[in-house]
Amino acid sequence: MTIWRLVPFITAALVLAPVGVVVSSFFAPASDIWQHLFETTLPLLLINTLWLALGVIVGTALLGISLAWFTAVYEFPGRRFFSWALLLPLAIPAYVTAFVALGLFDFTGPIQTTLRTWLDNDLSWFPDIRSRAGVIIVMTLAFYPYVYLLARNAFLSQGKRSLEVAQSLGFNRKQGFFKVVLPMARPWIAGGIMLVLMETLADFGTVAVFNYNTFTTAIYKVWFSMFSLHAASQLASLLIVIVFVVIVLEQQFRSRMRYAENKRTERAQRIQLTGWHNWLVTGFVLCVLFLAFLLPVTQLCFWAIQSFTPDYDVTRYLEFLWHSLSLSGLAALLICLVVITIVYASRRYPGSVMRYAVRTATIGYALPGTVLAIGVYVPLTWLDGQLSELALRWFQIETGQLIQGTLITMLIAYLIRFMAVSHYPIDGAMQRITHSIDEAALSLGLSGWAMIREVHVPILKSGIFTAATLVFVDVMKEMPITLMTRPFGWDTLAVRIFEMTSEGQWEQAALPAVTLVLAGLIPIFLFMRQTEK
Amino acid sequence: MPRFNRNRFVVAVSFVFSLFSAHSVHAEEVVVYSARIEQLIKPMFDAFTKETGIKVRYTTDNEGALIARLEAEGKNTPADMLITADAGNLWAAARAGLLKPVKSDVLDNNIPVHLRDPGNEWFGLSIRARTLIYNTKRVDSSELSTYEDLADPKWRKRLCLRTSKKVYNQSLVAMLIAEHGEAEAEKIVRGWVANLATDPLSDDTRALEFVAAGKCDVTLVNTYYFGRLMQKDPSLPLAVFWPNQNNSGVHVNISGAGITRYSRNEQAAIQLLEFLSSDKAQNLFADVNMEYPANPRIKVDPFVAAWGSFKQNPMNLVKAGELQTTAVKLMDRAGYR
Repeated sequence: MTIWRLVPFITAALVLAPVGVVVSSFFAPASDIWQHLFETTLPLLLINTLWLALGVIVGTALLGISLAWFTAVYEFPGRRFFSWALLLPLAIPAYVTAFVALGLFDFTGPIQTTLRTWLDNDLSWFPDIRSRAGVIIVMTLAFYPYVYLLARNAFLSQGKRSLEVAQSLGFNRKQGFFKVVLPMARPWIAGGIMLVLMETLADFGTVAVFNYNTFTTAIYKVWFSMFSLHAASQLASLLIVIVFVVIVLEQQFRSRMRYAENKRTERAQRIQLTGWHNWLVTGFVLCVLFLAFLLPVTQLCFWAIQSFTPDYDVTRYLEFLWHSLSLSGLAALLICLVVITIVYASRRYPGSVMRYAVRTATIGYALPGTVLAIGVYVPLTWLDGQLSELALRWFQIETGQLIQGTLITMLIAYLIRFMAVSHYPIDGAMQRITHSIDEAALSLGLSGWAMIREVHVPILKSGIFTAATLVFVDVMKEMPITLMTRPFGWDTLAVRIFEMTSEGQWEQAALPAVTLVLAGLIPIFLFMRQTEK
Repeated sequence: MPRFNRNRFVVAVSFVFSLFSAHSVHAEEVVVYSARIEQLIKPMFDAFTKETGIKVRYTTDNEGALIARLEAEGKNTPADMLITADAGNLWAAARAGLLKPVKSDVLDNNIPVHLRDPGNEWFGLSIRARTLIYNTKRVDSSELSTYEDLADPKWRKRLCLRTSKKVYNQSLVAMLIAEHGEAEAEKIVRGWVANLATDPLSDDTRALEFVAAGKCDVTLVNTYYFGRLMQKDPSLPLAVFWPNQNNSGVHVNISGAGITRYSRNEQAAIQLLEFLSSDKAQNLFADVNMEYPANPRIKVDPFVAAWGSFKQNPMNLVKAGELQTTAVKLMDRAGYR
């Protein structure tokens, strides 16, 4: 069983390999580019990135927590439907929401065009969507489900009951929420926000559509336009350092808290909303769902129909779909298995070294995709080179590439990138299994696998489903790693979207985008069936 | 103990092997890394396979990622050819030692000197002309003259530009530097920025739509974006203007290719490269994307021909690569986002 102890370290090492590749460039000379950045764009980039991160964190926290609270604790018209429908925006890649938002609200979009003809006005008062606020709103709408999902998990399992306890202590409902429920849900909410933060920092697609310059756009610019992978890696290492500091802070903050709760509550009685409260909540929820999902999907469908021609290669499309689904499925399975093992190991052998190894394993989510992709690629090609050399020397066979260009490369890269996404929900669920639960199980004669099967799995189930859903959808939306590591012919829906948008053909990208959204709904439906039972 | 099931074992083993079925070295096959997207290159590959029987395997990605990938793979790369949608990246690949010189009379004969590397490591296959497009309701074509003139205060609040992050603009500015020197080029770019009617846009199609909608009067785009938009909606009030016809000529970029240094199927790869410069493939380049064939003997698409003929800038595109970093820095200084 001691081999378990090593799993977190092995995975942390796996993640650190690409990070190491990136950081190793730190001492390579690129001072002219740094000087140039300091003198020109860097200050603005940092301000832009900071505002973006803050704005998106505040936005997703407000939306995610409030929506989770409403759907977990209250009863209002459509509550059942909304509680899963609010997850749907997960299926839309943020860059797609971005180009739809621009297509609709920008100067040339139907809204401004119509208003201009009606009002016969130049509409100079109309807020410019290509602005900081525009990017923040779009990213908030795209990323709030991470917070929603995790917060809802926490509220469902403890919200109503802790609220009752708070009320029995003389707090009113509002005080109870802020003083008891919210602090108790903190690790889950913090996990969701961490995911949002990392995703925001690593994002390139969305900010590129807005031409909003951030740290990540600078990384790509230095790499692709100034041909300096060294300087780009140095910038990326700074990003890693920042995220690492945030992780350490969050870890410190978290380790001071202990969670003695609790088993999942039996269907608690929900609080029935009445009168205008009722409609206010329904209206708010509907509004979010409309902006984050219905509007973009409707526009996409519209474009997809426009760009559809009878000579469409349908079999090819089914192939893209199959590739997307099977890759996401395999990745979700692999990543969840690895993360479960890690989480178990760190529970079994607690300690700060272990804790940091685990957290290090999640840092891949914060790196811009292409940077991570090349970071994965370099050590793998090296390994491949060594292997084929050996094969040549020992067996006199010319092997060519063994690992690269196979699904294995892809899966490893996905694992490194998306470990964070499944770590937070599974870890959150694991914290509910207290040692007293284990002791109780032992006293009933359950141990080893039996205990895991009979006691742990039921408690962990919702966390694992959450994790699998998130990973599945995220892998399907993923672009840079898929592009770089896919075997020949393994084009996916995301690859198709890349090809269309890279030529500015947004309308043509609509069909694969709609297909991707629909395919992303599959795990969300399955997930909801599991948790809403 | 379950009994050993032979069939199951065979299936399992072959599944494991299929995971590893990366790249088997095939004699009659060319492997291409292409930054030109599938729809714009597959027709040429298909024609090549039909004519020669040689298979083409390809993967697409953006230029920078493909070059980094070639660099990481070193001599184990499966790729025989790199295709990009601009000259600067081919120059960068050549400088990084990823390409090898090709001596071919066919290529020398088909591709004009200014569209290929002086060291023969890469060759332009199609021309992408970056020209002025104006709103016919708001601009009289006599107002327009050169790229440099767009910096004149008379265009204040009338200009739309795509972001400086796109390589097409970087190449254009690099060529301006080659022609006028850095200080003068910076003055021009600063003039452009001062004349912007709105923040730089994320792509050429957007810029065209903004001109058509009247947010600005003139923009700088590659002609095929204009062609695509006009085919969709011929009623748009847009028209082409060919700048700098009395001096340096229209700035052109290329979509081009080179053979990788560690190509394993060099003969077949050269055959493909030569085919791409041949009449048949050049016609396809003109057809699939309304680009201009690199081979001057090939006629352009009739739809494109209607925009008129123009004098191109004859300066060798190697300058676009050499001066790209300088151009990017210049645009940063000038506040061109």
